[in-house]
Amino acid sequence: MSGSRLQRLSGAKLQRLRENFMKAVFLISALTAILAVALICLFLFANGLPAIGKIGPIAFFTGTEWSPSDIPPLFGILPMILGSLYVTAGAVAIGVPVGIFTAVFMAKVCPKPLYALLKPVVDLLAGIPSVVYGFFGLVTIVPLVRVLFGGNGSSILAASVLLGLMILPTVIGITESSIRAVPDELYDGAVALGASHERAVYAVILPAAKSGILAAIVLGIGRAIGETMAVIMVAGNQAVIPRSLIKGVRTLTSNIVLEMGYAAELHREALIATGVVLFVFILLINLLFSTLRKEGSQ
Amino acid sequence: MKRKPADLVFTVFTWLSAALTFAALCFLVVYILVNGIPYLKPSLFEWEYNSINVSLMPALLTTVITVVLSLIIAVPLGVFTAIYLTEYAGRGNKLVALVRVTAETLSGIPSIVYGLFGLLFFVTWLKWGFSLLAGTLTLSIMILPLIMRTTEESLKSVPDAFREGAYGLGAGRLRTVFRVVLPSAAPGILAGVILAIGRIVGETAALIYTSGTVAQVPGNLFASGRTLAVHMFALSREGIYTGQAYATSVVLLVMVVVINALSAALARRIGKG
Repeated sequence: MSGSRLQRLSGAKLQRLRENFMKAVFLISALTAILAVALICLFLFANGLPAIGKIGPIAFFTGTEWSPSDIPPLFGILPMILGSLYVTAGAVAIGVPVGIFTAVFMAKVCPKPLYALLKPVVDLLAGIPSVVYGFFGLVTIVPLVRVLFGGNGSSILAASVLLGLMILPTVIGITESSIRAVPDELYDGAVALGASHERAVYAVILPAAKSGILAAIVLGIGRAIGETMAVIMVAGNQAVIPRSLIKGVRTLTSNIVLEMGYAAELHREALIATGVVLFVFILLINLLFSTLRKEGSQ
Repeated sequence: MKRKPADLVFTVFTWLSAALTFAALCFLVVYILVNGIPYLKPSLFEWEYNSINVSLMPALLTTVITVVLSLIIAVPLGVFTAIYLTEYAGRGNKLVALVRVTAETLSGIPSIVYGLFGLLFFVTWLKWGFSLLAGTLTLSIMILPLIMRTTEESLKSVPDAFREGAYGLGAGRLRTVFRVVLPSAAPGILAGVILAIGRIVGETAALIYTSGTVAQVPGNLFASGRTLAVHMFALSREGIYTGQAYATSVVLLVMVVVINALSAALARRIGKG
C-alpha cells in the first residue's frame, strides 16, 4: 500500500516537474525574439558606427562622392540616401493612389464574384519573389523607359514603377482592412443625409479610416526603402546623385549587396555603416507605423 | 440620391485602379509563362550543374533543404513563444509587451539587414563562413515573427470553453495545451507555416552573404549553397542565360502560386470553422 502511494506521489511530482520544465521552455522561446533584436542591434551598430567615426560624420552623410578605390578613398553616402528617397517617393506616388483606389474598390464597390477573383490576385502579388519582380522589370519596364524617354532605361523611373507595383499589396491590404473597420452606421448616415455612394465612401468613410490608411502608406514606404534585389536589377546603380528621372541611381540597399562581396577593411565597414543608416530609417518608419496603427484601433 | 460629376470621376478612378492592379499581375504572370515555358527543357532538371548546362536542380534541392531546416528551427520557437504569450503569461505582463514590440520590429526589418546581420554574426563572428547553417539561421529569425503572429492568432481563436472543459476533466495545463488547444489551432498555424515557406522560397537578399552562391547541393551544414531565388538572381546578372532565367522564374512562380493556394485553402477551412 505504501508502495502505491509512493508511486502516486512521485507521479504527481513528475507531472509537476514536467509542467515546470515545459513552462521554462516556452519562456526561453519567448526570449529568443528579444535576443535576436538585441543581437542585430549590437552587431550592426558595433561594426558600423566606428566607420562613421573614422570617415567623419559630415564626410559620410553629406559627401557626394563614393569612390572606395580612390587614394584616399571617399565614402560619401549622400547619393545613396537621395537615391533611396527618390525611388521611394516615386514608388509612393505610383503605388499609393492605385492601392487606395483598389482597396476602396475591394471593400465598397466590387461585386462578390469579382472580389473572389481580385483577392487572390492581391495575395499573389504579395507572394511573388522580389527577384522575379526584378527580372520582369528588367525585361519589360527598362526597355519601355529606354524607348519612350531615351537613356539606357535603368533609371529612377523604372525603379519607381516597379516598386510602386511591389508595394501595392501592402497598401491595399492594410487600407482595405481599415476601411472595413469603419462602422456601417457612418455610411448609412451619410446616404440618409442625401450623399451619393461615392460621396459617402470618399468624404465620410475614408476620412474615418485615415490613420489606418496612413499606416498603410508608412508600411509601403518601409517596403520600398528596404527592397533590394528588384531595385538592383532595374535602377542602374551608379553611385552619383542623379540629375533626372531617367538617370541611373543607387540605393542604400543596393550599395551593400553590390560591393559587400569584395569589400575589405574600411570599405567593408563603410558598407556596414550604410546598413546602419538603412536600419535606423526602418526603425523610425516602424515606430511611426505602430503609433499610427494604435491610433487607428482606438 | 444626387449624382455629381465628381462622383463619376471617383468611380472611374476606382474601377481603373482595380483594373490596373489586376492587369499588372496578369501581364507579369503571362509574360513570364510565355517566355519561360519554351525553355523548360529536361536538361534544366539534370542533377549536375555546370557552365554549359545551368541546371536548376541543385538550387531546387538546396531550396527544399533550406526550407526544411529553417522550419525545424523557427516553427517550434515561434509556436512555443505564442503558447507562452497566450496560455501562460498573465494580462499586463511586461515581458509579453516587450516580446510583441520586438516581434513587430523583426517583421519590419528588410531582408538585406537580416543578410548583413547574418554575415556579421554567423559568417564572420562565429567563423562559419558562407554556409547552409548561417543561411537557415538567418532565415529562421526572419520568419519567426510571422509564425509567432499566426500561431498567436489561431490560439486566441480557440474558445475558452475548450480549455475549461479540459481542466474540468482533470487535465493539467500542459496536457490541455498539447491535446486540446494546439490541435484545434492547427490549421491556422499551418497556414502561417506555409506563408513562411513562401517567404523562404522567394528570399534572396538575406541569403547571398550568408548561404553564399555555390551552385551545388551543399554536402553538410557548413557548405555553401544557393536557393532557387539566388540562382535566378545569379543567372540574370550574368546576362547570357536569359532563357534559363525565364524558365527559373516560371518554376518560382508555380511554387508561389501553389503555396498561396494551399494557405488560402487552409484559411478558408478555418473560416468555415
